[in-house]
Amino acid sequence: MKPYNPEQISRHMSRLLNWILLLACLTAGQLPALYAAESDTPLHAAAELFKSKKFDQKYQAIQLLASDGSEQARAILVALMDSRLYTLKRDQRLIMLGRRSGSPDAVDAITGESVGNVARGAMNKITLNNRMRSQIRNALAMLDLRNPDKTKRLAAVNQLLDRPDAASAALIQSLLEQESDGQIREAMEIVIALGKLSSGDKTERLAAVELLDGNIHPAVRNGLLKLQQSTSDEAFAAEIKQVLDNIKATLQLYSLVENIFFGLSLGSVLVLAAIGLAITFGVMGVINMAHGELIMLGAYATYVMQLLMPEHIGAALLLSIPVAFVISGLVGIGIERGVIRFLYGRSLETLLATFGISLILQQTVRSIFSPLNRSVEAPSWMSGSWEINSALSLTLNRLYIIAFCLLVFAALFLVLKKTSLGLQVRAVSQNRAMARAMGVRSEWVDAMTFGLGSGIAGVAGVALSQLTNVGPNLGQSYIIDSFMVVVFGGVGNLWGTLVSGMGLGIANKFLEPWSGAVLAKILVLVFIILFIQKRPRGLFPQKGRAAEG
Amino acid sequence: MGLLNLLKQDRGGQLFLGLLALAAVLVPLLNLLPPEGHALHLSTYTVTLLGKYLAFALLAIAVDLAWGYLGILSLGHGAFFALGGYAMGMYLMRQIGDRGVYGDPLLPDFMVFLNWDALPWFWYGFDMFWFAALMVMLAPGLLAFLFGWLAFRSRVTGVYLSIMTQALTYALMLAFFRNEMGFGGNNGLTDFKELLGFDLQADSTRIGLFVVTALMLALGYIVCRAIVQSRLGRVAVAIRDAEDRARFVGYRVEHVKLAIFTFSAVLAGIAGALYVPQVGIINPGEFSPLNSIEIVIWVAVGGRGTLYGAAAGALMVNYGKTYLTGALPEVWLFALGALFVLVTILLPRGLIGLMKTRSKKGGAAA
Repeated sequence: MKPYNPEQISRHMSRLLNWILLLACLTAGQLPALYAAESDTPLHAAAELFKSKKFDQKYQAIQLLASDGSEQARAILVALMDSRLYTLKRDQRLIMLGRRSGSPDAVDAITGESVGNVARGAMNKITLNNRMRSQIRNALAMLDLRNPDKTKRLAAVNQLLDRPDAASAALIQSLLEQESDGQIREAMEIVIALGKLSSGDKTERLAAVELLDGNIHPAVRNGLLKLQQSTSDEAFAAEIKQVLDNIKATLQLYSLVENIFFGLSLGSVLVLAAIGLAITFGVMGVINMAHGELIMLGAYATYVMQLLMPEHIGAALLLSIPVAFVISGLVGIGIERGVIRFLYGRSLETLLATFGISLILQQTVRSIFSPLNRSVEAPSWMSGSWEINSALSLTLNRLYIIAFCLLVFAALFLVLKKTSLGLQVRAVSQNRAMARAMGVRSEWVDAMTFGLGSGIAGVAGVALSQLTNVGPNLGQSYIIDSFMVVVFGGVGNLWGTLVSGMGLGIANKFLEPWSGAVLAKILVLVFIILFIQKRPRGLFPQKGRAAEG
Repeated sequence: MGLLNLLKQDRGGQLFLGLLALAAVLVPLLNLLPPEGHALHLSTYTVTLLGKYLAFALLAIAVDLAWGYLGILSLGHGAFFALGGYAMGMYLMRQIGDRGVYGDPLLPDFMVFLNWDALPWFWYGFDMFWFAALMVMLAPGLLAFLFGWLAFRSRVTGVYLSIMTQALTYALMLAFFRNEMGFGGNNGLTDFKELLGFDLQADSTRIGLFVVTALMLALGYIVCRAIVQSRLGRVAVAIRDAEDRARFVGYRVEHVKLAIFTFSAVLAGIAGALYVPQVGIINPGEFSPLNSIEIVIWVAVGGRGTLYGAAAGALMVNYGKTYLTGALPEVWLFALGALFVLVTILLPRGLIGLMKTRSKKGGAAA
């Protein structure tokens, strides 16, 4: 047994590689033409090398196959990786077994012609070690680097990024000139720089470190960390540390952005749930404890729409927005006409009566749809994520929720500010008697306002159905949060609701990693309770005469 | 003599206390004397159930004191009730000693299960009954004092206050569901063995608990009646009807509110402590906002601002609940919901109020 000497091997390898690269540059991918006799092709040379039991020879064989780049060479590498590559005992021919185990059709590895069924005992397996495996993976990646398909090339570069070594860096260097795609070029440059980190001289290393500054790919960080530990030059180590710190800062920035994004998406849910309440409670002053159940109705409307249109999930979701609005709105008007209008001016009683209604609605849904949770499918265009870079990816459904929340908010805002209904609603909420004197049918306005707020609750239910399971208790879990959002933001103020919902969402998400989800929620609740003691009218209190009513 | 004076004008109260005394005597007798299977025999299960109702009645009186006389609709009295219950539960847990499943002489089972090696500091002292009894009153009382001090001082009133109390109990529920809190998490405290040396499974203990609960209810009623008829009580009614006016006349509105609200919470805590040994479990579900709001409907059904009406409402609604959840479980929430709606719209003063107007009308006609 010869002692294993990695340094010697790598020197040996790099010499061999230089030779290969020289050939590659000269012939521009037409290697076979240079070999006059068929038996001298790299495939044959590799087959010859594979006959040896020594791993050194096998490493060379793999390099040869990698530089050949033909389909057949690729097939041999894949077969070797899968342990399907054998030599025949009788004539030392290299053969590949079929993909299926026990398949009789072995083929000649070089020519591809069938050699029929070979008995197990009549062949020798080409054994693998781990170093060969990683070599083959990189070799396959290099073959893919020449693939005309852009995505395949990018995947190959990324594969090399995970296990960078000097050899692949050198090969990529040679391919960099021909590469036209910017994204792939960028990734290639990182691989080259990483290669230089481990092999180049000091100035090259320094240049590489500078090139890698600010790059957040995990491989870059690992490479730099390794180098930092191994280097003895203190100034160089300091340089690396500087770059590593920069990378860390960038990563922190991205995690901050991600946290804010999560917070905004949670905040959007809160705003959606609360904004209907901002109308009924904030503008009309009616405590509607059944608000959560109106949200639940909207979520069930989505579920039913999907049952009706199982073939068109996406269309069903879009259609369920108006359907949920109408259903929840009608139920809301029913509640207003049937119960609340008898209780105007007695807000504590309104609270109790609407709570009773919420129990009835819950039990109705439980009786119709069973107490089990129902899951609503998400259409394909809502799943997946938007990957900005390796450190930051935003899930699409959350993005849609944020957008939807802002859309609903804008629509509601316009209705209140620009339509005659909105004008009348504001008039009645500010001074009912005067509004009536001016000819506003205040009862009709009450019903419509309540219907509007309830309808918005239904629309919120559609959005929530995409995030959680739809069940009879869906509304209950949101009612307290909704009230908190409205009270915190300042009653009667839509902007306050938006700001407080988003703010509470972000606060929740920033507390979560530090305290856990449940404790974060408790802390936020306690904070609001204390905040209301300090400023009983919320963040943005109403000013002027309306505030006194 | 003071007691007689107190109840002289209170015919409803006389009736209530009389019935209570009758029940406290009759129920144990009916359980002990007639043989099992006899038509008049009351099973121990029924006795415990009645004891539970009486604990609820005490809780309803506590809510009525705050809502009916002070105008504070608390949607968080379930939290005070549960805190009292937890204090009692902790005492009962410590009494288990080494008879638990894991046989640890000091740690309750759930702590052994969570691999805790020492008793948390807030469990110290709960092996002594007097300390637990003190905590039954102190824990809800302190919370109510702190919450009320903050809320009343900044003049949070009406529905805002109600929603805040609801958020309070909701936050506590979330907190108590956490295992890390050290109160048994999701499962709460259970598997109790004995109270003051009496076996909790024994019939005699259960009858004893029923009688004690009846006595506490009577005592609670009398104290509340005394408060209501005192100067403090009258100021409270003035605050309920016209808070600003009372303030301008010169009363320290915040102090009155704080005193009565805190006392009400203490009473709720005592009710919780009476409830736990009878049902044999306390878990975070007691903190749920639904529970607290259910208490309010007991009071509303009976008629607020009468005290005995609240107690009667608690007994009636809970009997209905036991019956309906057993016979027609689907209907119970419909019935409860309808009760909320109908009582608030049709019976703003509850059944007692209805009876009073009837008798007045009857008197006028005759």
